[in-house]
Amino acid sequence: MDTLKLKERILGLVPDAEFQENKPFPTFIIPSALLHNLAAGLAGDADLAFDFLFCLSGVDMVSYFEIVYHLESTTHRHQMVLKVRVSDREQGFADSVCDIWRTAEFHEREIYDLLGIRFTNHPDLRRIFLEEGWNGHPLRKDYVDDINIVER
Amino acid sequence: MKEVVNLPVKKIEEEEYHINMGPQHPSTHGVLRLVVSLQGEIVKSLKPHCGYIHRGIEKMCEKDTYPQIIHLTDRMDYLSAHINNHAVCLLVEKALDVDVPERVIYIRTIVDELNRIASHQLWWCSFGMDMGGLTCFFYGLRDREKILDIFEESFGSRLLHSYYTPGGLMMDIHPNFQKGVKNFIHYFRKKIKDYDDILTGNIIMQERTKGIGVLSREDAISYGVTGPSGRASGFSCDVRKRHPYALYDKVDFREILGTEGDTFTRYMMRMDEMRESMKIIEQLIDNIPAGDYSAKMKAVIKLPAGEYYQRVEAARGELGVYVVSDGSKTPYRMKFRSPNFSNLSVLDHISRGVKIADLVAIGGSLDYVIPDIDR
Repeated sequence: MDTLKLKERILGLVPDAEFQENKPFPTFIIPSALLHNLAAGLAGDADLAFDFLFCLSGVDMVSYFEIVYHLESTTHRHQMVLKVRVSDREQGFADSVCDIWRTAEFHEREIYDLLGIRFTNHPDLRRIFLEEGWNGHPLRKDYVDDINIVER
Repeated sequence: MKEVVNLPVKKIEEEEYHINMGPQHPSTHGVLRLVVSLQGEIVKSLKPHCGYIHRGIEKMCEKDTYPQIIHLTDRMDYLSAHINNHAVCLLVEKALDVDVPERVIYIRTIVDELNRIASHQLWWCSFGMDMGGLTCFFYGLRDREKILDIFEESFGSRLLHSYYTPGGLMMDIHPNFQKGVKNFIHYFRKKIKDYDDILTGNIIMQERTKGIGVLSREDAISYGVTGPSGRASGFSCDVRKRHPYALYDKVDFREILGTEGDTFTRYMMRMDEMRESMKIIEQLIDNIPAGDYSAKMKAVIKLPAGEYYQRVEAARGELGVYVVSDGSKTPYRMKFRSPNFSNLSVLDHISRGVKIADLVAIGGSLDYVIPDIDR
């Protein structure tokens, strides 16, 4: 499926989605409340069949967090990117997608550990790299660590 | 007379208990702790605890320029250091639309494949050792040494080379490089038969690996298991075929695919991949064109604001680099999708119900490099 058809299809499924131009993959920003439903649709639909979540990252954009889902279909070979924005820095959360793509379980734990975004319905949301009780989330832009990070 | 009270006595086999495998356990090849839930010697479930060598590479990248980041990528999966470098170099070159000399592309493809063979050799010797065959360890290291000698002669180091730079290579190859590589291929074609004789055909090894730790194709895709481990389950995930980079769309090679998805198939994938890699090198080694070993690059490399993604096939699976740039000389956010991290997540799923000794075999066949998991 090419970008134009994919765009039509996604905007048909989620009218509130925003299509981003000039990205390496067709990119859509969707409201976080619709994430789980759309993800299940993307994975289950025979024409779309996005069954392979090949990258899941979190980005701190200072005024909001962005969770980026890189998806590929192993049958049709097309790729796309879903983005979800989380604006609450303290209590921010998004729906977990690890019941759809199992690889998300570890990646969501990593995002929780390093960025501090919670995932609802995650089976085992603990820190993955840092120890329990670590102060703060290192990949945040406002993270300070006087001992390990040297400012030049 | 006192009545005998029959207290319910629990047999030790019925009780579930936990043991720690690691952080210092020879089969994890690094510092990884597996909390294994056992009943008798049957694995009920396990929880991997990682982070013992978490260095915060992604955070460090936010302070470093792109040529500096190359040196950090070596230290993730140190056994496929060249291939990790390649990912970042390709990303920068694509973003800036740099015309890389043909000579560089040839050399990079050859060196990547040499690196893949060296990595699989080390996997083979440690896998044999995990299964109790210490001879394998000596055979594998002996042959890997030949590749490391070629690397040392041309790039000056044996493990962490940082040989690729954005736009080209750090220096030209040594005049002996082509001769050395051809000698090695000639040598290793004979020696790989020994590998099959000593371990592949060994009935004890086959009994211990066939039908153990079966991973279905659906689960491999869902868990994002890539590389030889994913291909053993029939998941056609070779980035060199799916999204070709360097010269992989011009050379003739086969994507090795399995069907069973058990430990033995994962083993066979890597054995066959070494042969395919030698085939690729043989097609290229005599045809390296003359020319520059690097394109002209600006002293300060700045990526235009935007997003970039580059994937390459590392020795253990798909390595993805995701960069968000704000137009400055350092990335705003750099994420490495490391193959081992996703491959580790499937360990709990495929090792339920096996004996604890088989867990060692399964772990060996998934071929972890811990610094790549922790980053």
